[in-house]
Amino acid sequence: MASLKELRNRIASVKATQKITKAMQMVAAAKLRRAQTAAEAARPYAKRMESVLGNIASAVSGGPDAPLLLTGTGKDNVHLLLVLTAERGLCGAFNSSIVRLARERANALMAQGKTVKIFCVGRKGYEPLRRQFERQIVDFVELRANKGVTFAEAQTIAEKIIGMFQAGEFDVATLFFSRFQSVISQTPTAQQIIPATFPAVAAAAGAVATYEYEPDENEILADLLPRNLAVQIFTALLENGASEQGARMSAMDNATRNAGDMIKKQTLTYNRTRQAMITKELIEIISGAEAL
Amino acid sequence: MANFPFELVSPEKLVYSGSVSEVVVPGAEGEFGVLAGHAPFVSVLKPGVLIIKGEGKVQKLFVRGGFAEANPQGLTVLAETAVPLADLGGGRLAQMIKDAQEDVEDAKDDATRLKRQTVLDALKATAAAIEADGRTAH
Repeated sequence: MASLKELRNRIASVKATQKITKAMQMVAAAKLRRAQTAAEAARPYAKRMESVLGNIASAVSGGPDAPLLLTGTGKDNVHLLLVLTAERGLCGAFNSSIVRLARERANALMAQGKTVKIFCVGRKGYEPLRRQFERQIVDFVELRANKGVTFAEAQTIAEKIIGMFQAGEFDVATLFFSRFQSVISQTPTAQQIIPATFPAVAAAAGAVATYEYEPDENEILADLLPRNLAVQIFTALLENGASEQGARMSAMDNATRNAGDMIKKQTLTYNRTRQAMITKELIEIISGAEAL
Repeated sequence: MANFPFELVSPEKLVYSGSVSEVVVPGAEGEFGVLAGHAPFVSVLKPGVLIIKGEGKVQKLFVRGGFAEANPQGLTVLAETAVPLADLGGGRLAQMIKDAQEDVEDAKDDATRLKRQTVLDALKATAAAIEADGRTAH
């Protein structure tokens, strides 16, 4: 049986931990609100970009000089997996679920005999992936912690990827991130970014007026596709940011509750032990007195 | 004059949304004004000043990188950077010119250099125009 002093120490330490988790939960809640606003603010841009690009793409696609970013290289031998995770842990299964999805995809591709290259953004994805895919990881970018994601960061990543694509280092690029559904639910998602896909456009294409282009379609596409890549990465980073805070908030909420339960249980044990000791001492005194 | 809906969107937020009578957009192949009922039109932007005229006031914003789309529903401008001229004070434009200058020097082939040079020229022209504008305003 643990001594009273030990029990007291244990309770104090759980209480201290509870305070920390509680504080982290509140910080995450505040950050979540900011991240959510940022993600929402970015949505119109991404949506417009997609619809305009879709229009132009449907006008150009099939043409012999359509940009490679749109049509792809025609092969799918080398796959680039762009894995976006957080810089920090303590956010439940957020990082590990993205990593798991990427790892499954990488294993499946390698089983088919394809070459896999991995580009990590965020420390918490790099560390676990490095253990298994040391040789596949081609690049790693750390996000600046604490400050929100900026478009410039997304652009830097996009430029690196386009550089690699133009150098012929891969054929297909897929983006791994966590889509924000709600505070309690974030879905890890894989999204193909090169060759570019426009899901919603096919249906709308028929209804759109014919546009005049200045300069011509191909030049606009050549200008917009890299930009669209940056926008997609930026959107994914923002979704990820909101997901991370959401996951952290619920993880810390759980931790706080668990700590509360633990404190209750330990306080009970502590009181019982204390009472048992008092009873024991009383018995000792009484039996001592009786013996006289 | 008839008004039409106009939106100016940057990746970080919706900068302007409202009904306007005229917008002057710095297109890659020349500035163009958009009035209500413009033909469907897509143009790439060059760095420059976007002028919004509507509801009795005129707003000027510095825009960079992106494109403008005019369709029967209105005009949408997507710009990577969209800053009101009033907030562009200090060395921000000068810094951009300096960065663009370095980009030109770093360019690896002629096509890239040409493209970056165009950006640089447009930035310089904008800076000159803003300065001239500032002088007439005083």
